[in-house]
Amino acid sequence: MCVSRLDAQSDSFEELAMPLFDQLYNFARWLTQNREEAEDLVQETYAKALKGFSSFQLGTNFRAWMYRILRNTFLTSRTGLRATMTVSLDSEEDGPDLAVEGATPETILIERSNHALVQGAIDELPVHFREILLLCDVEEMSYQEIAGTLSIPIGTVMSRLSRARKALRGCLQKQLPTG
Amino acid sequence: MGCEDWKLKLDAYVDGELQPEEMRAFDAHVRGCPSCAADALARLQMKRAVQAAGKRFAPGAEFRKRMQERMAAKPRRSSVGFAWMWITATAVVAIVAVAGLTASYEGRERVRAQQVYSEVADLHVATLASASPVDVVSSDRHTVKPWFQGKIPFAFDLPELQNTEFSLLGGRMTYLDQTAGAHLIYELRKHRISVFIFPEGSVRGRLNANSSVTKELSFSMETWSRGGLRYFVIGDAGTADIDKLARLFKSTGS
Repeated sequence: MCVSRLDAQSDSFEELAMPLFDQLYNFARWLTQNREEAEDLVQETYAKALKGFSSFQLGTNFRAWMYRILRNTFLTSRTGLRATMTVSLDSEEDGPDLAVEGATPETILIERSNHALVQGAIDELPVHFREILLLCDVEEMSYQEIAGTLSIPIGTVMSRLSRARKALRGCLQKQLPTG
Repeated sequence: MGCEDWKLKLDAYVDGELQPEEMRAFDAHVRGCPSCAADALARLQMKRAVQAAGKRFAPGAEFRKRMQERMAAKPRRSSVGFAWMWITATAVVAIVAVAGLTASYEGRERVRAQQVYSEVADLHVATLASASPVDVVSSDRHTVKPWFQGKIPFAFDLPELQNTEFSLLGGRMTYLDQTAGAHLIYELRKHRISVFIFPEGSVRGRLNANSSVTKELSFSMETWSRGGLRYFVIGDAGTADIDKLARLFKSTGS
């Protein structure tokens, strides 16, 4: 009885988790910035998630749960610790930046549709900014899902996202020729 | 509201995170305010640029194969009920279909509704796949309803089932977006049908208040909002049967 329950769980785990494989790998690679480390991270995430699947709370979001495991695993890894030590999270109170005037990184980017520039700028961001930007814009998570994934309140999601975008614009601005 | 107040909400506007009425008000403001319109456009362009640039890495074929083998190496049992397997497989197809939909910013609202549907479908499937799907086992609504007292932050009425083909199997607590709700399981000619009841706040802004029936997820699902509560009826029975059970709920306690 007990065995059959466990097996039923691992079957449904695989069926729920494998469709997320590509996107989790993409996220892991952005976090670690290294292929081998990303593979190890994804592998460890799946192992941990499978082990903890029986404690996965039904009704909470499975995708957010997987991302949360991946991220926590990353944060406790050597690369993760190094990445978070180099950045201090300032106050979360910072408001969004104000109006955009004249030639902007955005318009130039769209004109050139230069992915490499944006990718370089995302790579430069501190990991807390990189992850929230990816969860929102690439994974298209709602603020609520992001809050669950990062274990932070929605208000913090909004302020951190705003600061991440401001930082990204700053990075791009530096890379673009003036004018 | 002045421009400066709107500016504070620009990100939420571009991310589609404003309440529908606020979204409409913002739309109206943007039409008459070149500064906010330019800012919103710039942010949207940046969002799209990040979206496109962010999909950068794909796992190598070897790594994919290694992971698939690892997953396949787990012990399996063929005795898992065929029905549950089928339902789970259907849900996975549904989830993949929903994931495939998460494309454009314009489609965000639809996608958000789909996310709710797929979460509800997950709840339904995961519960039925469990060895003990219900925490209170009873066909008596007067036993099941009081069981929820003190466990969920609202009260609800269960319909009388006499002279209907439905029977109540029991209930359990459940969660949607960290909000506690009630999950009731009914049976109809071997089909199990879930009824979920949550405070409307848990899905606010993501679903239309009116009753809607959908077949998009391979499950039949009906959802509506009444008295501050959001109801979902979902199962692999036909839409007509799902609607019958939905009607029974709609006719209670009003």
